[in-house]
Amino acid sequence: MEKNKAHEEHGYGMYILVWLALVTLTGLTATVAGINFGKLSIAVALLIAVIKSYLVLTEFMHLKSEQKSFKVFVFVALLFICISFTLLFTDYSFYVR
Amino acid sequence: MSTQAVHVEAHEHRDDIRSRMGMWLFLFSELLLFGGLFLMYSVYRFMHQHDFSIASKEMNTFFGTMNTVILLTSSLTMALSITAIKRGSRKLSIFFQLVTILFGITFMVNKFIEWSAEFRKGNFPGSAILLNKPPGQILYFGLYYSMVGLHGIHVLVGMGLIAFMTRLTIKGIINKDDYVKLETAGLYWHLVDIIWIFLFPLFYLIT
Repeated sequence: MEKNKAHEEHGYGMYILVWLALVTLTGLTATVAGINFGKLSIAVALLIAVIKSYLVLTEFMHLKSEQKSFKVFVFVALLFICISFTLLFTDYSFYVR
Repeated sequence: MSTQAVHVEAHEHRDDIRSRMGMWLFLFSELLLFGGLFLMYSVYRFMHQHDFSIASKEMNTFFGTMNTVILLTSSLTMALSITAIKRGSRKLSIFFQLVTILFGITFMVNKFIEWSAEFRKGNFPGSAILLNKPPGQILYFGLYYSMVGLHGIHVLVGMGLIAFMTRLTIKGIINKDDYVKLETAGLYWHLVDIIWIFLFPLFYLIT
């Protein structure tokens, strides 16, 4: 039954490091929101959110140590979200003047 | 002897990788559910940038930041509970699971305080005060209540799920050799965390 334990060992210390990074990034995003970057503000906020999600996905959700098929599936799912956003805004730009 | 035979057979039919894959597939459907709402949000925000910015000033950034930290910490304790059960420390695992539920409760209590404050200000769907505001601000609050509300329901479901896993851990059904149920419950809890990671800057931190 070793196949059921494909996971590497996930130590307590590693998780605490990831958590510290996540909390730091939260502090950063809240602080940065006070500074006006103009149009870049939303980009910075989203970039930090993407980094945080990446950490949760790879470390907490063990995506890093899963089989390749898991990574492909997640990639395809996220790709479709991106396609939806791209198509929506392409369509939208033709309707609004 | 016969129970042992059944036990062995149950083990033979176990496939933890497929169990986790099943949960991931469900999570993709959740991604579509929230993805649609995020799509709607992005277009309305693009249409009413100024109104969204003004409406978000009503939000309590302190509560929002605290809730983010609370949810991130609950994700940590959830991950720790899985490591604990893998290493055979059942009591420690149960402790971490209970702490996770406690963080979930704290998150919901904060939400209750926040929403009560908004309701007192008259910022609830259909109120005369809100309806007199510009359309963009009405849309902002509509999206705020539906998206954060749906997320809140997910937190409640996640807490129920973890509580059930705690019961199974106490009973010994989840143990050192068979902890995939706890892992999949953890996956769900982490997804709820990821959704909040995006909701927080989009509703609380509009400059």
